[in-house]
Amino acid sequence: MSEVIVVTSGKGGVGKTTTSASLAVGLARRGKKVAVIDFDVGLRNLDLIMGCERRVVYDFVNVIQGECTLKQALIKDKRIDTLFVLAASQTRDKDALTKEGVERVLKELDEDGFDYVLCDSPAGIEKGAALAMYFADRAVVVVNPEVSSVRDSDRILGLLASKTRRAEQGGTGVEQHLLLTRYNPERVANGDMMGITDVKDILGIDVIGVIPESEGVLTASNAGVPVILDDASDAGQAYADAVARLCGETLPMRFTEAQKKGFFSRIFGG
Amino acid sequence: MGLFDLFRSRPKNTASVAAERLRIIVMQERKADGRGGHDYLPTMRREILEVIRKYVNVDADAIDIHVTREGEDEVLELSVTLPERDRDAGAERGRADEASSGAD
Repeated sequence: MSEVIVVTSGKGGVGKTTTSASLAVGLARRGKKVAVIDFDVGLRNLDLIMGCERRVVYDFVNVIQGECTLKQALIKDKRIDTLFVLAASQTRDKDALTKEGVERVLKELDEDGFDYVLCDSPAGIEKGAALAMYFADRAVVVVNPEVSSVRDSDRILGLLASKTRRAEQGGTGVEQHLLLTRYNPERVANGDMMGITDVKDILGIDVIGVIPESEGVLTASNAGVPVILDDASDAGQAYADAVARLCGETLPMRFTEAQKKGFFSRIFGG
Repeated sequence: MGLFDLFRSRPKNTASVAAERLRIIVMQERKADGRGGHDYLPTMRREILEVIRKYVNVDADAIDIHVTREGEDEVLELSVTLPERDRDAGAERGRADEASSGAD
């Protein structure tokens, strides 16, 4: 059975698409067959972050509406052969996605032997976000250590616990993880930013990764290369750790402590 | 941090303020969602408020409802803050009644 993982957050701009792209690449690099689906109908962006925007011919809505086959719409990644992207449609019709349609696509991916299906949720709690989470087995809730993001994440946790197929079936529910992004250890040390424990205690679920605020994220998105492929960047390495934890490995958190400053940088700044 | 920053006063710890505000609002919203296990609390609070308002004009935030654990038991705490003026008016009416009954 393929495992469906939703990457969600409630609030926009916290790093859902960056995270979806990097987790998908990370899982595929481990030899898994992975599809990553952009649920943000009308505001397609995953294709840009994955660097395949010029190869989009058919999209998710085309598949759902029977205008093409799933195979025609899946874009094979040029870097890793087991990774496929399903782009969002640019249509303005919000009802283009249906529960039955999404279910059919997920079933077909399962039959095609995909190990993981990542659902990149749009921001908000409207239909696209609701459908992205509905069939999920696990959820990665992306959160910035900032008040509005944390509050919105808690709303999403509430929806995951009630408005998903697993919640309706009444079993163990959707397995939930937090992924902190834009984490700035120096600001945490100064008391200007909430730390990992604060966010974890407030939301009450485990943290699967902490991605430091990093220049690498912007340069990677500029180039259309998911940041996890930039082995030199701390954000890339932190995503690789998060993928390992998703696969059940236990690793200590990295890049979460403030750097000790030397004498000269203390005096002269920098 | 440069030399001149040393002379600047440190702002107070805003992260702990944020965490505290979030703890409170998240707890409230979980109760309102029915995730705290007491999904009837918001409705009950609203109904109690309506009853009280038949007699005293109180603000919407005058009622505080909490469920706390004491060992095995759960305790429902309800506190209502009455407005100053109404209480005075009530007390005066009470004295007037006494005075009139005294005259009889």
